[in-house]
Amino acid sequence: MKYWLDFSEIASGDLFEVGGKGFALGELARQGFPVPGGLALTVSAYRHFLRETGLEGRIVRELGRKPLKEMRWEEIWDAALRIRHLFASTEIPAGLARELRAAVGEKFGRRPVVVRSSAPGEDSADRSFAGLHESFVNVRGTEKILEKIVLVWASLWSDRALLYRRELKLDPAGSAMAVAVQEMVNGERSGVAFTVSPENDDRGLIEAVWGLNEGLVDGTVGPDHWVLDRATGRVISHTPAQREWRVGTVLKELDPRQADQPPLDDKRLKMVFDLFRPLEEYLGGPADFEWTFKGTRLCLLQCRPITAGRGEKVEPGERLWERDDRRPWYLNLQRSFANLKKLRERIEGELIPEMEKEAKRLDGVRLDRLSDRELRAEIKNRSAIRDRWREVYWSEFIPFAHGIRLFGQVYNDAVRPEDPYEFMDLLASDGTEIAGRRKLLEELAGLIRNDPELDRKLERGESGPEDSRFEKGLEEFMDRFGELSCGVSQCALGREGIVAILREMAAQPAREKQKKNPGREADFLASFSGERREAAKEVLDLARASYRLRDEDNIHLSRIEGQLLKAEKEAERRGLRPRTPKRAAGKQKPGSDGGAERPRQLTGQPANPGMVRGRARVVRTPADLFKFKAGEVLVIDAIEPEMTFVVPLAGGIVERRGGMLVHGAIIAREYGLPCVTGVPEAVEKIPDGAEVTVDGYRGIVVIHSGEFSSNQG
Amino acid sequence: MKAEGEVRRAVRKLLASQPLAVLCSADGDQPYASLVAYAYSPDLKSLLFATGRFARKYENLRDNRKAALLVDTRTNRPVDFAEAAAVTAAGDVKEVSERGREAFLKRYLKRHPSLADFVRAPSTALFRLRVKDYVLVRTFQKVDTLVMQCC
Repeated sequence: MKYWLDFSEIASGDLFEVGGKGFALGELARQGFPVPGGLALTVSAYRHFLRETGLEGRIVRELGRKPLKEMRWEEIWDAALRIRHLFASTEIPAGLARELRAAVGEKFGRRPVVVRSSAPGEDSADRSFAGLHESFVNVRGTEKILEKIVLVWASLWSDRALLYRRELKLDPAGSAMAVAVQEMVNGERSGVAFTVSPENDDRGLIEAVWGLNEGLVDGTVGPDHWVLDRATGRVISHTPAQREWRVGTVLKELDPRQADQPPLDDKRLKMVFDLFRPLEEYLGGPADFEWTFKGTRLCLLQCRPITAGRGEKVEPGERLWERDDRRPWYLNLQRSFANLKKLRERIEGELIPEMEKEAKRLDGVRLDRLSDRELRAEIKNRSAIRDRWREVYWSEFIPFAHGIRLFGQVYNDAVRPEDPYEFMDLLASDGTEIAGRRKLLEELAGLIRNDPELDRKLERGESGPEDSRFEKGLEEFMDRFGELSCGVSQCALGREGIVAILREMAAQPAREKQKKNPGREADFLASFSGERREAAKEVLDLARASYRLRDEDNIHLSRIEGQLLKAEKEAERRGLRPRTPKRAAGKQKPGSDGGAERPRQLTGQPANPGMVRGRARVVRTPADLFKFKAGEVLVIDAIEPEMTFVVPLAGGIVERRGGMLVHGAIIAREYGLPCVTGVPEAVEKIPDGAEVTVDGYRGIVVIHSGEFSSNQG
Repeated sequence: MKAEGEVRRAVRKLLASQPLAVLCSADGDQPYASLVAYAYSPDLKSLLFATGRFARKYENLRDNRKAALLVDTRTNRPVDFAEAAAVTAAGDVKEVSERGREAFLKRYLKRHPSLADFVRAPSTALFRLRVKDYVLVRTFQKVDTLVMQCC
C-alpha cells in the first residue's frame, strides 16, 4: 500500500487506509465540490513508522504497566505525555521520510497547510471522535509539516482518546491513524451552515464571522446569523453579531470598517446557500458544513450529516455544532487558556479569600461558651461547611491543575527536552506555605544539629531555655501550622511528635534541594518571538499559579477541616460523642494467615529517576509518620502536602496514588529522590520494615525476600 | 569462506525466529528459570540479554556466572511434537562493561528497539553469554551439538 495519496486519487476502497476525514475530502473533490487540495497520509505510513522505530512495542510497554481501566486519569495523562514525547523524539525512518518529503514539498512548497487527524473506522453515527485528536493550522514548510504529522499520529494516544476508547471498550492497540494535509485557505470571511434548522425543517441556517473559522468554532468570536427559506434561499431573518474580533493567525481586533458590515453580502450568502442542495444530495440528507471565502472564491472545508438535535429548541448562545456532542466529561480535559485564566481569577480572587474568612470566623467562635445543644448544632454546621468546600475543591481547584498540563505541552513542543517532565523544574517555588513549613522545620533541626546539649535535653523530654531560638521557633511552628496538622499529628502527638522528627532530621546532614538549571526559563522563552513570547510568558505564569495551588489547596481545606475537628474535640472533651476516626493514610489489611503468597516486584509509574535500597516505612496512620527514620523508604497510600515534612528524611518514595502531579512525585522531584507512584495496594503488599528497592527509572519496587522485620503489620 | 554446516544453519534460523529465551541461572544449587529478550552475534559466539539489577536472576548471575539460554519454536499445538525445535546455549555470562557497551547496545536494540528505555536505564544490566556450545533438539528426539569454544 502507498504511504500517501493525493485527494484526487482516493478511491472507494480506500476508506480504512485514509480514514473518514481524508476519505470525505477525497470524495468531495471527486464530486466537484470546491475543496482545497491536499494529501492523505495512509494508515500504512503510520504503521510503518511504528514498526520500524520500535514505537509499537514501547507503547505496549508504557500502557502495560497497569490495566487501563485501573488507571486514574492523571496516570493516563502521564502515560499519554510520555507516549507523545516518544513520538516527538523519534525520527521518521529514512525511506518513509524521503518519500513524504518529496510528496509534501511538491504539493505545497512554502504554502501554509492544515494538518488534520483522520482516524479510520472511528467516526460513526453513535461514536464521534471529532475533536479528540490533534489538528494544526497554518503550518508552513516540509520539515514543519512532517513534525506536525508525527504529533497527529501521537494524538491517537492522547489521554482523552485513551479514556474515550476505554469507555467504548475499543482496544487502543487495534487503532490506527491516517492524516489529511490540506492547503490552508487564508479566508477573509468564514462560517458554518446547517442545511436544515434544528427548530424548523423548512429553514436553513448560516453563521459567519470575519477572518477564519476557528474563532467561531471555539466560541471566541460571535457570528452573524441568517435564517433562510430552504426552498428559495430567501433571507427570513438576519441577526448581526457584536462584531469586535477576527481570527487570522491570531485573535485580533476587527477593523472598524468591517465591524460595520456583515461578513456576507447577498452574493456570497447565495453562494453558500447554493451548496445546500448538492451537499444534501451527496450525503443523502441534511448536512452541516464549514466554509470560507478568499475574495470571491468559496471553499468547502468540511461537511457531515446532521444526525441529532432536529426539532429541538435552540437556546440563546448555544453552539449548534456541539449539540450532538454528548460525550463524557473528560473530553473537556483540554481546557483552554482563557478558561483557565478565568478559573484562576475566581480561585485567587474569590474562593481562597472566602475560605480564609470562613476559617477565621469559625476560629472566633468560643466553643467553650456554647451549651451542649449549641455545640452539637455547631458541629453539624461545620460539617456542612466542610462538605461545601470539599465540593468546591473538586469542582474548581482540581481542574485548575490543567494549567500545569497546558504548560507541559507548550514547553515540550518548544524545547523538546530529553526528560518529558523537565518543565516541572520551572514551576517549583519556595514561596508556598508548605515550603515555608519545611524550611522552618529544617531550621529547627539545624539548631539541634549544632547544639548537642539541646539534643540531649530533648532526648530526656526536657525543653530548651524558654526564650531560646529553638523554643521560640517551635512555638511559632505550632502556632502557624498546628491546626493544619491537627488531623495528622500534633493533636495526637503534640510537641513530642515534632521533637522526635526534628531530632531525627538533626542526626542527618542537612538535605539540599536539587539545584535547578537557571537558564531553563530563558531557553524556553527564547524559543518564541514577538507576541508568541508574551503568550508563552503568560502560560508559564498561569502554570506557576496552578502548581502553587496544587501544593496549597489542601491547606486551605485543612483550615476548614481543622475547625470542625476543634469542635468535635470539644464535644469529646465533654463526653458528648465519640471522636470521629481520623482519616487514615492507608487502609489496614486484615491479619495475614501466613500463606505462602508474597509479592516480589511491584510495578507503578516512574515518577522520579534514581535507585535506592532501604527499609520500608509503611505509613498507615498519621502517627506512623513520626516513627520515620532517616534513609527509610516512605510507603504510603497518598501523601498529602501536610505530610511532606518527612520527605527530607526519606531515601525514596512509593505511593499508591499515581501521576506526576501527586504531591509525592512533586516533592520527590524537588529533593531528587527515587520515586514510584501508582503502585496498586502498595501499603497492603509491602510489609513494614521489609527491605525494598525503589527503581525510579523503571517504575518498579522490589521487595527483597527473607529480610522482613518482626513488626510487620 | 567455508559453507555453514546444517546444524549451524538450523541454530541460526532458530535464533532469528524468536525474540525471547528462557534463561537458566543458579541460586546456589537451586536452578532458576526466567524469560528474557535476547540478541545474538553474527558469529553466534555470544548472546545478549538484559535484566534489572534487583532481579533474582541478576543476583544469581553475579554469584555464579554459569548460565544457559533455551530458545524454542513451540506453538502449543499437537503439531509441536513433530515440528518444534529447541536449542540450548550454555556458557558463562559477564555483564557488559562501559567499554564496548554502545556497540553491544546497538546490536541489542536493533533486535528490540522497543526496549530502549529499559535497557538504557541505569538500573538495568546488559549481559553477554559467551556460548560454549549449542544443543539443538528437533522433534524431541533428534539432538545435535554445535561446539563454539574448545576446552
